[in-house]
Amino acid sequence: MPDSPSEEGHATSYDLAVIGAGAAGLAGAVAADRLGLRVALLDSSGEVGGQFYRHPAPALGAVRPEALHHDWKAFAGLRRGLADSGVLHLAGHHVWTVAQDGELWAAHAVTGADGDGERPVCVRARTVLFATGASERHLPFPGWTLPGVVGAGGAQAMLKSGLALPGRRIVVAGSGPLLPAVAVSLAAAGARVPAVVEASGYLGYARSPAALAANPRKLAEAAAYGTALLRHRIPLRTRSAVTEVHGRDRVEGVTVCRVDRDWRPLPHTADRIACDALAVGHGLVPQIELATGIGCATRRTRDGAHALVLDAFQETSVRGLWAAGETGGVGGAPLARVEGELAGIAVAARVRGREALVRGSHARALRRRRDRMRAFATAMARAHAPGPGWTAWLDDATDVCRCEEVTAGTVREAVRDYGARDARSVKLLTRAGMGWCQGRICGAAVACLASPTGQEGGGQPALPPSPERRPLAVPVTLAALAALPPPNDRSHPSGHTPQKGPS
Amino acid sequence: MPTRSSSDLIVVGAGVVGAACAHYAARRGLDITVVDRGPVAGGTTGAGEGNLLVSDKEPGPELRLALLSGRLWRELSDVLPARVEYEAKGGLVVASGETGLTALRAFAHRQARAGVTAEEVAGERLHDLEPHLAPGLAGGYHYPQDAQVQPALAAAHLLRAAGTRVRLRLGEEVVGVLTRTDGTVRGVRTPAGELHAPHVVNAAGTWGGAFARVAGVALPVQPRRGFVLVTEPLPRVVRRKVYAADYVADVASGSAALQTSPVVEGTPAGPVLIGASRERVGFDRTLSTEVLRRLAQGAARLFPVLARVRVLRTYAGFRPYLPDHLPAVGADPRAPGLLHACGHEGAGIGLAPATGAVIAALVAGDEPPLDAADMHAFRPERFHGTP
Ligand SMILES: Cc1cc2nc3c(=O)[nH]c(=O)nc-3n(C[C@H](O)[C@H](O)[C@H](O)COP(=O)(O)OP(=O)(O)OC[C@H]3O[C@@H](n4cnc5c(N)ncnc54)[C@H](O)[C@@H]3O)c2cc1C
Ligand SMILES: Cc1cc2nc3c(=O)[nH]c(=O)nc-3n(C[C@H](O)[C@H](O)[C@H](O)COP(=O)(O)OP(=O)(O)OC[C@H]3O[C@@H](n4cnc5c(N)ncnc54)[C@H](O)[C@@H]3O)c2cc1C
Repeated sequence: MPDSPSEEGHATSYDLAVIGAGAAGLAGAVAADRLGLRVALLDSSGEVGGQFYRHPAPALGAVRPEALHHDWKAFAGLRRGLADSGVLHLAGHHVWTVAQDGELWAAHAVTGADGDGERPVCVRARTVLFATGASERHLPFPGWTLPGVVGAGGAQAMLKSGLALPGRRIVVAGSGPLLPAVAVSLAAAGARVPAVVEASGYLGYARSPAALAANPRKLAEAAAYGTALLRHRIPLRTRSAVTEVHGRDRVEGVTVCRVDRDWRPLPHTADRIACDALAVGHGLVPQIELATGIGCATRRTRDGAHALVLDAFQETSVRGLWAAGETGGVGGAPLARVEGELAGIAVAARVRGREALVRGSHARALRRRRDRMRAFATAMARAHAPGPGWTAWLDDATDVCRCEEVTAGTVREAVRDYGARDARSVKLLTRAGMGWCQGRICGAAVACLASPTGQEGGGQPALPPSPERRPLAVPVTLAALAALPPPNDRSHPSGHTPQKGPS
Repeated sequence: MPTRSSSDLIVVGAGVVGAACAHYAARRGLDITVVDRGPVAGGTTGAGEGNLLVSDKEPGPELRLALLSGRLWRELSDVLPARVEYEAKGGLVVASGETGLTALRAFAHRQARAGVTAEEVAGERLHDLEPHLAPGLAGGYHYPQDAQVQPALAAAHLLRAAGTRVRLRLGEEVVGVLTRTDGTVRGVRTPAGELHAPHVVNAAGTWGGAFARVAGVALPVQPRRGFVLVTEPLPRVVRRKVYAADYVADVASGSAALQTSPVVEGTPAGPVLIGASRERVGFDRTLSTEVLRRLAQGAARLFPVLARVRVLRTYAGFRPYLPDHLPAVGADPRAPGLLHACGHEGAGIGLAPATGAVIAALVAGDEPPLDAADMHAFRPERFHGTP
């Protein structure tokens, strides 16, 4: 496995550029390599594995990461596959945009641990596989910015890579299948978990009986987590939410309320639990800005996020661009692996002109497994969709955008008095979402507050109609932009356009 | 469910221009309904940088509109809350070489005769004004009349300050124009019903051509794309609006559709904004790495300290362009009752108050604050008969 583009020089182009080396990207890169394609695999982190197969940082010399992973074996197989392959692995490459470049696609990246490395890199390829995964959905509530409040997935990730606990008595709250897993991991690592607080009722799954019946392993997994919760004596409270965090300098306790189907707190149900940390997560949202930036179509998922529209062989609405894993809708690592492999095969079929590859029995089997797991993912998204009533948790003083310190009251005022109606207009009028995170953390919440139904916290789920535009996936220095390769053959539409003012 | 509603004036578009029309009409005691299919400032106004410039304008009708607007913005800065971020910070145009400086000097002299204050700054004195400018520039001109405002907040507060005379209908698209049998306009239609008024103003910005078609008249407004780079927040490294004079010398040169000239300015909130590019590619938002490259090179050449600064965000906007680069402002003789206030290209924030004052005067039946020759230059039917 080569790991430096300089071995080949940057002028060369690849058959496939895979962006993201998690379950989906690894599976895609390895599959395409086996079918004889020249593949480059770019990932911003230093090692492969993505969110699920996180290693303890090598320096920590942690032992037995397997203890945290049930399908570590699958990952080990992919990692071996990568090592034995001719895939060029570009670790520490943050891709900031993908652009069309004549017949090819150009993935533009910056290197360096935090993206401010000197060397801008451009990888050209005939096709691209977006396997950029997902990020956590954050919903604000009073006290959510106190030290000691961490993301549920973030807590899991901390545990996997640094083996550090965010506290000793940790309440796990939010919604989604990750919560029991996180609680069990925290407990296994020595924390006390006084409660898992889930805003939805698990009865939501009963609305998709077919998807359940087709995925017995998922049920077994859920049952296993149920047993593990019992073993660690962790009570599970469904239809409940942490509506407030207490503490002066850090978390000292949380208020838990029962909520109705819309996640609106029920009166007289508030209950206080003492704890020194809160791990909170409201599901994951696909990370798709690179793909939407080049025009790939999106669809609304059942939990109100945006995912890429994909065809039966994982191709996006833009020919030559594929996607796999969470980018097509959050569905977990096993699904990501299957989709990645299917995408790798489909790309090879296109590039090599070997249609038979996608009609073969292996591809057919992958498609069946994918469809089955996708159906379950859809049921999951539906069962854990944020209810529109969550906005009732917020008081006017709650910060919604922590980068720019914009409160819920300010956002509500912009909508009520100044004519904002969506996340973008709220941003323009209040600066919510203009800071470092560029709305990655507060965007979903602001969109809910801004939409007319979100104001009353009632009616249909109030969710953004289109994904936010974020043409730069990561910050880039002016020096890196200035060093971009000039166009060698740029065919501009002709016509003389006189220049007028500077603005 | 049809709703009935009548007012003296319907403004189509809640960008800065529509907001200014409503604001000045309300001051004259008229009742106004402002309709927009999106939020306030959701169109090009939300993409504008908010420079209120005289420095970039040739003597002529547009410069006179800009000078009037500059006075009105100063007045408004006392009326509107400080949140609109009005800053009379001045502009600095710099020339890298002697040729550029000579052209700039000639340009500034002509502007001075038209009422623009322009002060030459010798090369070695540029750093007194902008300490972080690149060394070795030939010289420049300081334009103290140039100012800045935050466009979206300005639009929102212009509407808000107009008080209860302005009714806002957001999220409602105007899909038809109502006329009497004699062709005079009597209102508009939206999916929610009919709205009645004897005057309708087309303040639909870049979509002003499309709305004109709805009203049965032609107006060739087209999108002219521009990208802006937004950096991480910085302490004030750029004090004024600073741009290169090359464009003055370059006006007639180059056949590429893409034009870029470095325009750099700080904002009160900290981020530095970098422009400006222009190209006519329809409403295509796809990022152009070539534009980014040129803007970044240009900005870092003017302010070398910016090279290490990170760009957090970039976005595209679509300037409302008319073929002669002048806005359409005034009553449309082809459809009595219809007025136009659109097509301000890259200067709509700056030109909004004067445009609003002209429209309000016309609707109220008064003399507009511009002379007849200028009104003639802006007449909306001037493209009639051209394809
Ligand atoms: C914080 C967090 C914790 C999670 N914890 C669990 C868990 O404990 N259990 C569980 O079952 N599932 C967990 N998940 C779900 C997990 O994401 C999926 O199950 C699985 O990892 C999906 O694989 P993927 O390949 O689609 O994405 P990922 O594994 O997320 O891989 C995406 C890869 O793309 C890279 N990338 C993204 N953007 C860029 C860019 N612009 N340039 C270069 N590289 C980029 C990332 O560095 C990453 O390596 C977690 C998710 C998150 C976000
Ligand atoms: C990158 C960039 C930088 C710029 N910088 C500056 C600058 O520094 N200084 C400056 O003065 N100018 C600048 N401009 C130009 C300025 O932004 C525009 O000229 C100005 O915003 C135009 O305002 P408007 O109100 O006419 O149009 P818009 O703000 O576009 O408003 C038109 C409104 O009409 C609505 N609409 C359209 N059709 C309908 C319909 N049928 N029914 C209902 N509603 C409808 C739209 O939703 C929209 O909200 C810049 C532009 C760009 C793109």
